[in-house]
Amino acid sequence: MAHLTKEILKGFLDENPVFKILLGLCPTLAVTSTVINGIGMGLAATFVLIFSNLLVSLIRNITPKKIRIPVFIIIIATFTTIVDLSMAAYLPALHKALGVFVPLIVVNCIIFGRAEAFASKNPILSSVADAIGMGLGFTFALVVLAGARELIGSGTLLGFNILTNAYKPMIIMILPPGAFLSLGIIIGLLNLRKESRSPKCT
Amino acid sequence: MSNEKLLVGPAPHFRAKEDSEGMMRDVIIALLPALFLSIYFFGILAAIVVIVAVVSSLVFEYIMLRARKKTATKTDYYSAALTGLLLAFCITSATPFWAVIVGSAVAIVIAKHFFGGLGFNIFNPALVGRAFLLASYPVMMTTWFKPMDAITGPTPLNLIKEQGISTALSPLFFGNVGGSIGETSALALIIGGLYLLYRKAIDFRIPVSYFGTVIIFSHIFGVDPLFHLLAGGLMLGAIYMATDPVTSPVSRPGGWFFGAGCGLITMVIRLWGGYPEGVCYSILLMNAVVPLLDRYLPGTRFGAKRRLSLKK
Repeated sequence: MAHLTKEILKGFLDENPVFKILLGLCPTLAVTSTVINGIGMGLAATFVLIFSNLLVSLIRNITPKKIRIPVFIIIIATFTTIVDLSMAAYLPALHKALGVFVPLIVVNCIIFGRAEAFASKNPILSSVADAIGMGLGFTFALVVLAGARELIGSGTLLGFNILTNAYKPMIIMILPPGAFLSLGIIIGLLNLRKESRSPKCT
Repeated sequence: MSNEKLLVGPAPHFRAKEDSEGMMRDVIIALLPALFLSIYFFGILAAIVVIVAVVSSLVFEYIMLRARKKTATKTDYYSAALTGLLLAFCITSATPFWAVIVGSAVAIVIAKHFFGGLGFNIFNPALVGRAFLLASYPVMMTTWFKPMDAITGPTPLNLIKEQGISTALSPLFFGNVGGSIGETSALALIIGGLYLLYRKAIDFRIPVSYFGTVIIFSHIFGVDPLFHLLAGGLMLGAIYMATDPVTSPVSRPGGWFFGAGCGLITMVIRLWGGYPEGVCYSILLMNAVVPLLDRYLPGTRFGAKRRLSLKK
C-alpha cells in the first residue's frame, strides 16, 4: 500500500501539476476567480482523470502504439461528456460559470499527460492512485489560487464576506492579469522555499 | 560591488563623468518645478500623495534589498525615490494614502525587484504601479479634483472624448486643469525637460519622435495637435517616463522607433480606445518590445562606417 500512498501524495506538492509541472494552466488561469469555480473545475477534472487513467491502464496491453493518442482522446472525451451533461443537469449555475472550460477538459494536458506518461505504462491500481493524487493536487492548486484571488479581489471566500465592507476590493485580482500575477507569485514562493532548503552549490 | 560582473562592449569607449546616481538626481531636480506647481494647483492633498509615495517606495526598496541580501547603494534609493515621485505624478490627488502605498508596493516589489532589481526591470515601475491601481480601483482612480478647488471635475481628455468639448490651450500649458498630480503643467515639465537635455540625462530622440508622431497623427485625422501635445500625461510620459534608461532602447534608431511607437499607440487609444488617455499603456507596451528594438536596430558603432551586423 505504501507505494499507492506515495502516488497519491506526490500530486500535492512534489509533482503538483500546476505549481511544479505547469500543466493545465489554461483552466487554472481562467476559472479561479472564485473558490467555488476552482473546486468545481478541480473535481470535474479529477473525475475525468480517474476514469481515463483506469481505462487507459486496463487496455494498455492491447492498445496499438500507433493509434494510442486517438484512443486516449475517445476515452477522455467520453468522460468529459458525462461530466459536462451531468453538471448541466444538476449544477446549472456552476456549469454556466465554468462555461467552455468544462468541454475543454478533453484537451486538458494534465489528463493527457497522465494517460500517456503514467497510465499507459503502469498497472491499474497505481494508475488510479496517480489519478487521485494528480486530480486532488490540481484541485488543491486551484483552491489556493482561487482563494487568494477571491479574498483580495472581492473580499469574500466561498461567497461569504470575509473582509467586511471597509475593505476596497482590488478588482485586478479577479481579472485575467490577477491570475497571472498570483500564479507567478505562488510559484516563485514555492521555488524560493525549495531553494532555501537545498544546500547551496557555490 | 567587487564581485559584480563587468560587461564591456566593443571598443572604442567613451569616458564619462556621469553615473546613474547623478542622472537620477538630475531627473528628480527636473521634476521639482512640476512638483511645486502641482502643490500650488492641487494643494495639500497632492503634497500628501507625493510624500506617501516617495516614503513608501523607499521603505519597500529597503525591505526588498534586505530580503534579497543585496548591498544597498545610494543609486538604489535615488531610483526608488524617483519611482515614487513619478508614481505620485501620474495618479490623481484624490488617491487615498493606502492606495498610494499599494501602488508603491506594486511598483517596487513586483515591477522592479521580482524582475531582478535596478537595471533589470522590463517595464517602467511607476507606470506598472499606476496601471495596477487603475485596473484595481477604476472609480477611485478616475476621480479628478479641479485645480484650486475641492470639487471634482473631468479632465480635458475626458471632456473631449465624452462630450466633444475642447479646452483652451493656455490653461493646458500652465496646468490649470484637472488631471493627475504632476501631468497638468506642460510649462513646468518642459522647463525640467530642457534642464535634462542640457545635462544630457535623457535621450532627446524619444521625446522628439514621440511628439512628432503625435503631431503628424493629429494632422492626418483632423484633431488639434497642440491640444493633444499639452493635454493629459503626454509631456510627463514622453520626457520623464519613456526616457527611463533601463526600459528604453540603447541604440539610436531604436530610440526613434520607440518614441514613434509610443506616440502612435497613445493617439490610437485617445481617438478610438476605451480610455480617454493612452500614455501609460503606450509606454508599457513599447517597453515590452525594447529588447527586440535593441536587437534588430542596433545602430552604428562609434567611428564605424556601416551598421553593426547582426551576425557574429
